[in-house]
Amino acid sequence: MSDTGLDIAMTVNGERVAERVDARTTLVDFLRDGLMLTGSHVGCEHGVCGACTVRVNGEIVRGCLMLAAQCDGAKVETIEGLSDAGEIADLQAAFEQRNALQCGFCTPGMIVAAQDLLKGGGVPSRDTIREHLSGNYCRCTGYQAIVDAVESVAKARAGGKT
Amino acid sequence: MKPAPFAYKKARKLDEAVSLLGEHKDARLLAGGQSLIATLNMRLSAPTVLIDINGIGGLGGIAHKNGKIEIGALVRHVQAESNELIAKHAPLIARALPHIAHPAIRNRGTLGGSIAFADPAAELPACLLALDGEIDAAGPKGKRTIRAQDFFKSLFETALDAEEILTAIRVPAAAKDARFGFAELARRHGDYAIVGLAASARGDGKKLSDVRLAYFGVGNTAIRARKAEAALAKGDIDAAVAALDLDPPDDVQATGAVKKHLAGVLLRRVAKELMETV
Repeated sequence: MSDTGLDIAMTVNGERVAERVDARTTLVDFLRDGLMLTGSHVGCEHGVCGACTVRVNGEIVRGCLMLAAQCDGAKVETIEGLSDAGEIADLQAAFEQRNALQCGFCTPGMIVAAQDLLKGGGVPSRDTIREHLSGNYCRCTGYQAIVDAVESVAKARAGGKT
Repeated sequence: MKPAPFAYKKARKLDEAVSLLGEHKDARLLAGGQSLIATLNMRLSAPTVLIDINGIGGLGGIAHKNGKIEIGALVRHVQAESNELIAKHAPLIARALPHIAHPAIRNRGTLGGSIAFADPAAELPACLLALDGEIDAAGPKGKRTIRAQDFFKSLFETALDAEEILTAIRVPAAAKDARFGFAELARRHGDYAIVGLAASARGDGKKLSDVRLAYFGVGNTAIRARKAEAALAKGDIDAAVAALDLDPPDDVQATGAVKKHLAGVLLRRVAKELMETV
């Protein structure tokens, strides 16, 4: 591993992937252009907007601020994987029901970040939800409905309902 | 935008990283990457080699040694946030951490990276100044320790030599009479501060001594407001605000005059905290 072209292998949404990448390829570009997983979006490309949020080894990260090369050996999960696994089905339904998406560009990142908060259990306060999602921009400015959706899912999960 | 091409080298040992820095004069070290990769994407920086130091062992610990709290360069913000030693013995750092960026960034960003990058609007350099902390560095000539007050030279410029690597930061464990205050104003929670203030003092009732007021977002580096410190040690908050020896330049967030005003607002808040009169 010491050149501009690198052989890397990682698990993406449970599937093993081995590819040759340019050292300069960011994780989100690798996912989108290399693996055609276009659910993770590319917004600002400098870590401000959160549209590229994905999970690496269980933790949410900015897909634009990690290199694909750094994920050699890692376990990567994208919105597609979380959706297929059913892990976020209730969040997806709540976003739809509460009109928590308008153009939808921020939605995958919002849901990945929201699930990161909710998987810890309990019912976070609205302030805590806002703080946890503070790194995700919605340029349609539908924040109120997004917080409503996340809060309703937290309450439903805590009540044993999904 | 996308980064300009570069080679990627993963260092497994500290001396390997140091010698790679010697071989490649325009190389950059990749730790958390949360500022570096953004600057690469924006092509504000275009090194030909990135040296990934994430695989180097021994730089990820937090320890209480000889009355000081030592934090390894690769400790990530998320790790520090939930660390009991930091919460108990370095509460100023614990106070500052939630203000640094957002969860997805705190999962990757490192404390060492934040100090070595020396962004003038970042929280941790100011905390190190307020705490009279120190920085350990390793280079081809061996190891050395640099006091925080001698470390931050100018805009994104530190006392580190080109071939040196920051390996740890250290702050004195809080004494019984230690008081701390922290406040910042930002457009959005987690954004870089418009103005921020990290402060420490020793307190006896309302009386303060050893006051250290370290501002960030007001110049080329985090900076102490020494005249205000002296006034505050005499117990006069109004005089301290009037004495604020800061001359913040205009930036994209606010004019210098607004920043100066806000620095006074923060000083009033933090002074009450230090005097425990909140």
